[in-house]
Amino acid sequence: MNTMKDFSGTCPICDAPVTLPSDTQVSEVISCSYCKSKLVVESLTKQKAIIAKAPDVEEDWGE
Amino acid sequence: MLTLGILHTTIRADEKLIIEAAKKAGIATQLIDVRSEIFNPATYMANFDIALERCISTVKGTYATHFLESVGIPVINSSAVASICEDKFLTSLVLEKNNVPTPAFALVFGIDEARQAIEQIGGFPVVIKPNVGSWGRLLAKINDMDALEAIIEHKDVLGSPQQKAVYIQKFIEKPGRDIRAFVIDGKAICAVYRASEHWITNTARGGKATKCLVSKELKHISKIASDAVGRGILALDVFETDEGLTINEINHTMEFKNSEEPTGVSISSAIVAYCVEVYKKYEK
Repeated sequence: MNTMKDFSGTCPICDAPVTLPSDTQVSEVISCSYCKSKLVVESLTKQKAIIAKAPDVEEDWGE
Repeated sequence: MLTLGILHTTIRADEKLIIEAAKKAGIATQLIDVRSEIFNPATYMANFDIALERCISTVKGTYATHFLESVGIPVINSSAVASICEDKFLTSLVLEKNNVPTPAFALVFGIDEARQAIEQIGGFPVVIKPNVGSWGRLLAKINDMDALEAIIEHKDVLGSPQQKAVYIQKFIEKPGRDIRAFVIDGKAICAVYRASEHWITNTARGGKATKCLVSKELKHISKIASDAVGRGILALDVFETDEGLTINEINHTMEFKNSEEPTGVSISSAIVAYCVEVYKKYEK
């Protein structure tokens, strides 16, 4: 169940609704629970989240 | 009150754990997405006291580290540590120089030299890996000349200039696992086995993490390897061999989210505590 502090947005790949907890951060990587796509939180305003497809892995990524 | 700047690109579960650990310790955090920063020394104003480099991109993380150090902000890990650990050849050279056990290795730029280098390090199989890279990506186990020729031709034709520096490492037969030791300021705080039926055991590639007790030998090799590269917050990939433990690689922006549960150790809290300790020393 959504609480007042949750954020809501839409998966840019499958259009499914996405609910994010109150401690979500901008730039956080998440997965769509419907289509399993890797997504990234672009912005958080009030209870709305703008979500985009996560960037593809680049050659210098890692530990 | 101390504010810890967390340099990042994307925020992974690991950064979330660090943010939570800092909150529990009463340390303020400032998230700094380096992609949105302008690193101009004439205008830069920092709103944090010390930085923890957690960028998923090595290039962005390294430039951010160099910049902040140049304007007087301490960064963990330092640019000196990062510049060694981000490059597998440089890491191997430093380990070798400091008598830390590590598999035989060589760097070449061409096929004839690769053939000779492989003879020098004991023959096939060998592993060719990118000098900069992670998560077991683009690793190639080379069992014979045919595979060697194919890989080197592909790197020559398709690779970036950096891919044309060919790092070759002796293949180590593992007991279906390797060890990942989490080492802070020279002390192995915990470790996991990473088990896989595949010769690549990275958890990013499906390797399963289970608790590994920190033995006296693991503690020792962790300390000497950490000392060799300049300490800081490190994750060491360690192979078990008949001759004892040997260091495969050292990671300077370690991922640990899958290892807190099996080890029972709050790696994120240890990271935050170390940042505070470094800042206190810096202040004096």
